[in-house]
Amino acid sequence: MSKIIRGKVYVVRDNIDTDQIIPAQYLSLLPNVPEEYEKLGSHAMAGLPDSSYPERFIKPGAMDAEYPIIIGGRNFGCGSSREHAPVALGAANCEAVVAEGFARIFFRNCVATGEIYPIESTQRLCEIFKTGDEAELDLDKNEMVAVETGQRYALKPLGDARAVIDAGGLFAYAKKTGMIAAG
Amino acid sequence: MGMTLTEKILARASGKARVYAGENVWVRVDILMTYDVCGPGTIGVFKREFGKSAKVWDPKKIVITPDHYIFTTDALCNRNVDTLREFAREQGLPYFYDIIDDPRGHWKYDASRGPLVRQHGSHYVGVCHTALPLKGHTRPGEVLLGTDSHTCTAGAFGEFATGIGNTDAGFVMGTGKILLKVPETMLFWFEGALQPGVMGKDVILHVIGEIGFDGATYRAMEFRGPGASAMNMDDRMTIANMAIEAGGKNGIFEADQKTFDYVNERVAANGTKKEYEAVTPDADASYVYNKKFDLSKLEPTVACHPDPGQRKLARELGHVALDRAYIGSCTGGKTSDFIAFARVVKGRQVKIDTFGVPATTQVVQDLRAVKLGDKSVWQILVDAGVRMTENAGCAACLGGPEDTFGRVNTPMKCISATNRNFPGRMGNRESQVLLASPATVAASALTGKVTDPREFWS
Ligand code: SF4
Repeated sequence: MSKIIRGKVYVVRDNIDTDQIIPAQYLSLLPNVPEEYEKLGSHAMAGLPDSSYPERFIKPGAMDAEYPIIIGGRNFGCGSSREHAPVALGAANCEAVVAEGFARIFFRNCVATGEIYPIESTQRLCEIFKTGDEAELDLDKNEMVAVETGQRYALKPLGDARAVIDAGGLFAYAKKTGMIAAG
Repeated sequence: MGMTLTEKILARASGKARVYAGENVWVRVDILMTYDVCGPGTIGVFKREFGKSAKVWDPKKIVITPDHYIFTTDALCNRNVDTLREFAREQGLPYFYDIIDDPRGHWKYDASRGPLVRQHGSHYVGVCHTALPLKGHTRPGEVLLGTDSHTCTAGAFGEFATGIGNTDAGFVMGTGKILLKVPETMLFWFEGALQPGVMGKDVILHVIGEIGFDGATYRAMEFRGPGASAMNMDDRMTIANMAIEAGGKNGIFEADQKTFDYVNERVAANGTKKEYEAVTPDADASYVYNKKFDLSKLEPTVACHPDPGQRKLARELGHVALDRAYIGSCTGGKTSDFIAFARVVKGRQVKIDTFGVPATTQVVQDLRAVKLGDKSVWQILVDAGVRMTENAGCAACLGGPEDTFGRVNTPMKCISATNRNFPGRMGNRESQVLLASPATVAASALTGKVTDPREFWS
């Protein structure tokens, strides 16, 4: 299955922890209740300090982000184990996070929920891209292209995690591959 | 070649003679812990995937501790506790530490009574990671998973413990198994004794500063050596708790007689499972990192805004003025933490707003019972001007709903005995949190500036 994600990027830096991705006061919303799932999306990245991120990921009043791709630095998704983090990003219509490195639980939650492709870059892309730049992400070629300059940046392959996310998460994958009975 | 503590536990739990770092193995789970924030979502996944009338794999292996967003009028938070109660009743879960005593009742927090007086029932315990050992659910050699990143705390008892998300937890609830990657192990060898006024918290803040906020990502942190053996269980918990702040998958101490005594006493008192088999590391195990730390050289340490790796010495930060001090949480709200705090503030007055939140209801009782001189620890703190609540729990450690006790609601600077200080962690997203030991938090509360506790240590 080929997979290309194209659109504007939202750029953040190191140590974006799950409190910044979805602040703790919104954790009472349940990801498995559809209306609450949508609301989680509307608060995605709401914990980023305004002083460092005056351009907001979700515009005031909007339910979704206009950025299908987030570009981050080191240790993206560190902090708490809340699955609400990848879920909020997915619910905001974001499809991939490209970062220099991911915290373990966040990476695992991306795969288990199938909400987001967590892709490691080979370069510090958060210094190269600016919020609003257009990019094209090709998961088969493992590269990202900056649309304006045509410059290509290599990404690390997702490996076994790719098929799980493509299927829609851990349970969907386990059913599809016969690991657990399809119910 | 031999195995590390983590490899040995994962080998046994996966039914293999040995496992290698990097290998993915299916592991049998001994305990699954969840609570009010991630429990309802986990239950949602479990029911969606296994069916509405599905039963959990083993009711005795599931521990549910409402603790995060309890003492709040937020209706969704109150509902989430009710969801846990309904599930515990329907599944016949013996280890649900409910906030109210009526298994068919509804939880509602009464704000008009104020945040300080007890509002919970008789089964309530408080913060999950402190509640697990207290109630006899931690045992050497076992595998414990929880829907919380600080689940690694239980590594203090010589077991493999790590945090997982709702989807993974839903899977475990139905099957009792999880697919785990065996982590590489880093060895932290502790020698020497801590100086007076220096605590377990200083050790782990020092270690995180040494390897960086992502220095242990995907890895096991194994803490050993004579300095580790000399530590009490509380200090071991404080240290294992913060393995995640360096990105670690788990933190682990070798179980010894202190561990066995602690565990045996609590499993007996609570009638939980008595049998366990501890593991010992092999002399020829392989480590990706191996470093000695002389604990006698450590000084009171602070992690500055905005991440737990921003290490400084307390004595270098005397110019930093503070607005608030906070003692509490799974890492800094234990009985020994409050005793250290009391030794510093005894007979003195705090200069800035200071909040005290015991981790568990047992800590509340202990603080009333333990005396320093003629006064209880509780009284010493209250007399010093600390706002002490009887409602044990997570409170402002992770901000939470706006009406949470101690929440940082404006862009202020707070020194805190908690474990995490990314932007906005305790509430307002422009606020700053400095992490320190309970002793350093106490000394800083007295002066209103970051202060080395040895200036006041008695
Ligand atoms: S006390 Fe703080 S760190 Fe510990 S479980 Fe509660 S919120 Fe998490």
